[in-house]
Amino acid sequence: MPRHVDQELTSLERMVVRMGDAVQEQLRHAMEALVRRDEAGARQVIDGDRGVNAQDLEIDEKCVEVLALYEPAAGDLRLVTTVMKIVTDLERVGDQAVNIAQRVLELIVEAPAEPMLELLRMADRAAGMLKESLQAFIGHDTALARRVCAADDEVDELKERLFRELLDVMIADSRAIPPSMRLVLISRYLERVADHATNIAEMVIYMVESTMVRHAEAAVAPRTRHEGDKP
Amino acid sequence: MIRLDVRRLVDVAMRTFVALAALLAIVPLALILGFVVYRGAEGVDLALLTQLPRPVGQVGGGMANAIVGTVVLLGLATVFALPLGIAAAVYLAESPDRGLPGLVRFLADVLTGIPSIVIGIFAYAVVVVPTRRFSALAGGVALAVIMLPIVIRTSEEIIRLVPAALREAALALGVPQWKAVLRIVLPAARTGIVTGVLLAMGRVAGEMAPLLFTAFGNQYWSRGVDEPIAALPLQIFAYASSPFEDWHRQAWAGALVLIALVFALDVVARVVTRKRGE
Amino acid sequence: MADGIVVKDLNAWFGAQHVVKHVSMEVPRNAVTAVIGPSGCGKSTFIRCLNRMHETVRGARVTGAVLLDGEDLYAAGVDPVTVRRRIGMVFQRSNPFPTMSVFENVAAGLMLNGVRDRAVLRERVEQGLRQAALWDEVKDDLGKRGLKLSGGQQQRLCIARALAVAPQVLLMDEPCSALDPIASARIEELILALSKELTVVVVTHRMSQARRVSGWTAYFLLGELIEFRPTRELFTRPGDRRTEDYITGRFD
Repeated sequence: MPRHVDQELTSLERMVVRMGDAVQEQLRHAMEALVRRDEAGARQVIDGDRGVNAQDLEIDEKCVEVLALYEPAAGDLRLVTTVMKIVTDLERVGDQAVNIAQRVLELIVEAPAEPMLELLRMADRAAGMLKESLQAFIGHDTALARRVCAADDEVDELKERLFRELLDVMIADSRAIPPSMRLVLISRYLERVADHATNIAEMVIYMVESTMVRHAEAAVAPRTRHEGDKP
Repeated sequence: MIRLDVRRLVDVAMRTFVALAALLAIVPLALILGFVVYRGAEGVDLALLTQLPRPVGQVGGGMANAIVGTVVLLGLATVFALPLGIAAAVYLAESPDRGLPGLVRFLADVLTGIPSIVIGIFAYAVVVVPTRRFSALAGGVALAVIMLPIVIRTSEEIIRLVPAALREAALALGVPQWKAVLRIVLPAARTGIVTGVLLAMGRVAGEMAPLLFTAFGNQYWSRGVDEPIAALPLQIFAYASSPFEDWHRQAWAGALVLIALVFALDVVARVVTRKRGE
Repeated sequence: MADGIVVKDLNAWFGAQHVVKHVSMEVPRNAVTAVIGPSGCGKSTFIRCLNRMHETVRGARVTGAVLLDGEDLYAAGVDPVTVRRRIGMVFQRSNPFPTMSVFENVAAGLMLNGVRDRAVLRERVEQGLRQAALWDEVKDDLGKRGLKLSGGQQQRLCIARALAVAPQVLLMDEPCSALDPIASARIEELILALSKELTVVVVTHRMSQARRVSGWTAYFLLGELIEFRPTRELFTRPGDRRTEDYITGRFD
């Protein structure tokens, strides 16, 4: 028999999905603007952040409301606290998209440096992780969440490689330093996006299994659920 | 509109009818009271209340010994019936409805139906014969037997009405059950029990038949409970069935005093109930 | 933590009806343990078995062991009356003795057990009333009839009465269910304060109360103990699906 609170919880999930979609859009547009050197596109991304922030506030407020009115316990409670944290991560991803767009604007002015393949691959990976982490949330899929956590290392590696390549470019030609630095920054933003996706995945694992894997080293290996122990 | 009027008419008619019926029902009571007061009032004087009966044929005298005697008999009856009755009531209240308690209850009910004269004969056989004398004691026993089932049944009901929560609270404090009943339940039922006793007293105050061959009656003051004793009902009976006018007058007066006594017991019962009203 | 009460395979019947089934648990000492569960789950019967009140009902029966300080309260030869002096109880509806004053009510447990020394009685009454957070409100008129107090005060009076006998354990059967939120809150504060010196077991049908007040919570369903764990765990991540369903309000 559906409970009154189920409506609210479903509504929260949908709001998270909507915000996740919006943020993914922002990210995609930012990367497109980079590739196409699209000034208007970049500006659109910067403006679009307002909508993302508004959603952040809206969802947070709804969570507080649910806590106050429904006194959720156990799984419901973990859902609500997870949503509050996911939304924070999503908002930061939105900020990263804005950061990328700002660097794009600077790059357009400075020089026609080709974005490296690694960068695009990083963007692809990070966006993919974000998408999967949100899918894991909707589907309560901890296996998928764990794969997301595992993919974080790959992104870190890509960032390192990119940095070394750009370093070579900068050493070879000092005029390439400003645009190259912008690209390095963009790679950092993308790495952050991957981190946020990992955070989201870890929260999903907590929500479903109630094991706290955040800040834990062995996040990747699945843990066994501990039954209630005696004191 | 017309239908409404007919309904109201019927309503008024019914109300009137019912009121009249009620009035009619208390007519006998009113008549009795009125008659007794009318015929007895003149006879109630200081003499009646303080003097002993005069010998046959002499005018004057009183019913002082009968009045005192009735009080003594009621006192004795209560002393016998009260502890036994309450103990039995406690036993019944704390027991299930079947088995021995059920039998006891049934017998108590049967006892209320036994004619009082039969109870008098019983008291005669059990007290008068072995002691070879009529006595106030025997009269008290007879009246006690009549009072007993009334005390038992009313007390049992009252005790049952004491909320189980009180009993539980006492038990939960580590008080043994018998103490809980004695010190918590009974005091809580006190008012109801007292009322029951007073009503039982009122009931037996006017009994004459059982006193005929137990208390027997006395023209003088009794010097102890092992002597025959005068009682209002006996005296009234004796005087009323005599051919003497003066004695008739005194009989009416005695009846008035008796009714007043019973009435007083009822009033006290009411006051006691209201005072502790729960 | 040393144990307050150890329950071993406790079973209880009303006639042929098996209402408490094979319950074993260790109630921690000097802490508050809440017992929750839907109506008819046996939680009230369960705690009434702890102070041997269950058997006062005709046809009631108990098997199993309840150990207090290592001694089985149900061992042969143990007098239930003495058990109830060590384990006190407060009921759902306050039940002060109607014919007694505030003082007499609180002293009842002592007086009825033979304590006559007025000085001792006065001291214990004051202590009981202080522990029940009622002293300040009644100290000027201890002769007032117990029933003249407000609902919340009457319940605290009953608590004082139970405490005056200095039990080791206090059982409370839905003590706040007849009270308004403010009176309720007072009693919850009281429970928390008492638990520093006393083992308290509270049956409640309000989960929020269990959350606020208890360190440990036991969930009963249909006479069985489903789960018993620290309150903060039971309400954030219960181990049993049935517990989760109950505390999140899923009834099917």
